[in-house]
Amino acid sequence: MAEVARPVEAGAQAAGAVRVAAAAKDALLAALVAGFLAVPILAYRTIDGQTSLELVERWPLVALAVGSVFAGRLLLNLYWSAEHVPGAGAFAAGLAPLRFALGGLGRYLGPIVVALAFALPFMPFSNRYIMDLGILVLTYVMLGWGLNVVVGLAGLLDLGYVAFYAVGAYSYALLSQHLGLSFWICLPLAGILAAFWGILLGFPVLRLRGDYLAIVTLAFGEIIRIILVNWQPVTGGPNGLSGISRPSFFGLEFKADCEPGTFCGFFGVAHSPLYRIVFLYYIILVLALVTNFVTIRLRRLPVGRAWEALREDEVACRSLGINTVNTKLTAFAIGAMFAGIAGSFFATKQGFISPESFVFMESAIILAIVVLGGMGSQMGIAAAALAMTAGVELFREFELYRMLVFGIAMVLMMIWRPRGLVGSRTPSIALKDRKAISSDLVKEGHG
Amino acid sequence: MEYFVQQLINGVTLGSIYGLIAIGYTMVYGIIGMVNFAHGDVFMVGSFVALIAILLLGVTGATPLLLLMLALVLVLAAAMVLTSVWGWSIERIAYRPLRGSFRLAPLISAIGMSVILVNLVQIIQGARVKPLAPIISGGYEIMERADGFVVNLSNIQILIVLTTTALMAVFTWLIAATPLGRAQRACEQDRTMAALTGVNVDRTISLTFVIGAALAAVAGFFYLLYYGVIDFYIGFVAGIKAFTAAVLGGIGSLPGAMLGGLIIGLIETFWSAYFTVEYKDVAAFSILAVVLIFMPSGLLGRPEIEKV
Repeated sequence: MAEVARPVEAGAQAAGAVRVAAAAKDALLAALVAGFLAVPILAYRTIDGQTSLELVERWPLVALAVGSVFAGRLLLNLYWSAEHVPGAGAFAAGLAPLRFALGGLGRYLGPIVVALAFALPFMPFSNRYIMDLGILVLTYVMLGWGLNVVVGLAGLLDLGYVAFYAVGAYSYALLSQHLGLSFWICLPLAGILAAFWGILLGFPVLRLRGDYLAIVTLAFGEIIRIILVNWQPVTGGPNGLSGISRPSFFGLEFKADCEPGTFCGFFGVAHSPLYRIVFLYYIILVLALVTNFVTIRLRRLPVGRAWEALREDEVACRSLGINTVNTKLTAFAIGAMFAGIAGSFFATKQGFISPESFVFMESAIILAIVVLGGMGSQMGIAAAALAMTAGVELFREFELYRMLVFGIAMVLMMIWRPRGLVGSRTPSIALKDRKAISSDLVKEGHG
Repeated sequence: MEYFVQQLINGVTLGSIYGLIAIGYTMVYGIIGMVNFAHGDVFMVGSFVALIAILLLGVTGATPLLLLMLALVLVLAAAMVLTSVWGWSIERIAYRPLRGSFRLAPLISAIGMSVILVNLVQIIQGARVKPLAPIISGGYEIMERADGFVVNLSNIQILIVLTTTALMAVFTWLIAATPLGRAQRACEQDRTMAALTGVNVDRTISLTFVIGAALAAVAGFFYLLYYGVIDFYIGFVAGIKAFTAAVLGGIGSLPGAMLGGLIIGLIETFWSAYFTVEYKDVAAFSILAVVLIFMPSGLLGRPEIEKV
């Protein structure tokens, strides 16, 4: 036995040595490429000098970058690529029960999270900072759910989503400043106006293929922003609009003087700015939940079914007599409506809006949330919004790196799990029992 | 009339820059059917590489002419080579693993890549604008109006237009008459079939990205020399406009990209000259929408046939 085992062992050793050598060679190549990438941009930093630009050398950084690429690639080659198939398989197998558990837990997870969200203001640890953070997260949750209707359900890539957010915010600001309308009247109006803009944009462009549509929506977003910057008399230009009125609590305003007709005067409590924050928190929580509820209900309606069918295969949809233009338009309009409502909430919360808040990066963040959340999964999107906004807030010092991390996360997500972490498809109609289908098995058609 | 001629000259110069970037979009779209959203940012990286090379070599407007020409050729070569590495790496990291993934995956990955590039350059080079004193100065006065308005044709404008024309000629030859061009056209028609007949598809796609990035670097170099100021965000707007140009000319068509670039450059310049500067981007973007709606296959493109 021993004689047999030895050559095998030696063979394995030799194979191992070859493997290590190959891995090292590959890592060296990667490091070389990294060196080429880093040399111009990283090695020299341009700074403002006395009369013109000057260069500062930063070779240690280059060495660090190249070294870490080499090490990372080597480790990846040795411990991941070698057992590529079994390793990845085991990992996926490990994920499967997790996903199953999430699916099973999903029934209880949703209500638990909602209950926690409602209880947050009364938690002993909650303070002004936590509430502000909560509002921010919920705003992104709502935007993510709104964009999910367009991207996740209907499969239309909208890169100008922030434009509708802007329409909502400016609608509220202008309506309240010029017509004196209250927040509660403006909220639906802003939603309707944004939906109208969605239709206006969508009508001509929705005949386009996926990536053309994406670029046109991006262009549209930029057009809106440029108009906001330049149409000074109406939008205030780059200075934006300030002094936007705050929402009232059933007619009771949040003022410090505690006169009758104010919140603290009516309830006979001492004034605290926290009341207003908590009130705003509940507004956005309810708005987000409404978005979620409407989306879930719409998915059960014929139009929702049509959206998902459209995402899977547009040609098949058309051949079945679904009016694809109308179906896309409704998705676009409803997504835009939610963005508009979120926008008017944003305006009332901030009290000040300017075009700065509606740049393309904002669209990219919302899209990243939807993508990372698994395009179509409500829970996943909420989790992604929490991770992206709260996670970033907690690491404030790394503010500069946050968009970089967003970008890396988007790319890695597409490579590793393009369907999101908890991506699964539940058949809309089933013969006997509903079985969640792993999204890996679903191939999307070309629309 | 004089004013018009001046704007025409400016527009053609700008259009050449857009055209160079647009080629990158159109080639990648032609071969793998995706919008390389990060291409505009590759242009930006190329511009930064050129800036650093210029500063390293200490090129200024005062350098003697012969030396200056040599140095600029060096800078251009360095920018093209190093930016090509960026183009190649982007394809390798972010797009190649996604072949055969679902339809929107490469586009989302490209957006991620664009976000990465913008922020990476912002972090390592700083967010401030980078000014550069004019290096190529001088020019010719070709016309003069009675009231003293002079039409200038500057040396840098001549250089940009001539180089672009030369590059286009080389490039057309490359696609029409070399094995690489043949492989590229084959991949464009049918990737599977091309692979079956012995074309190395992965290599061809990589080379497409390399060529696109090299041309974007040329555009970045000229942008830097022409405007004398760059920052980490120039890739975004220039990228969308170049994409507009590619779509206008008919995506997938190389002469179309150049033609589209010229048209977009001219429209933008004339719009700024005769209407409002503020809304010049709106004009360019509106053209994109109008073209896509009424003429989705562009001026010189073939209509897309949807196969089931």
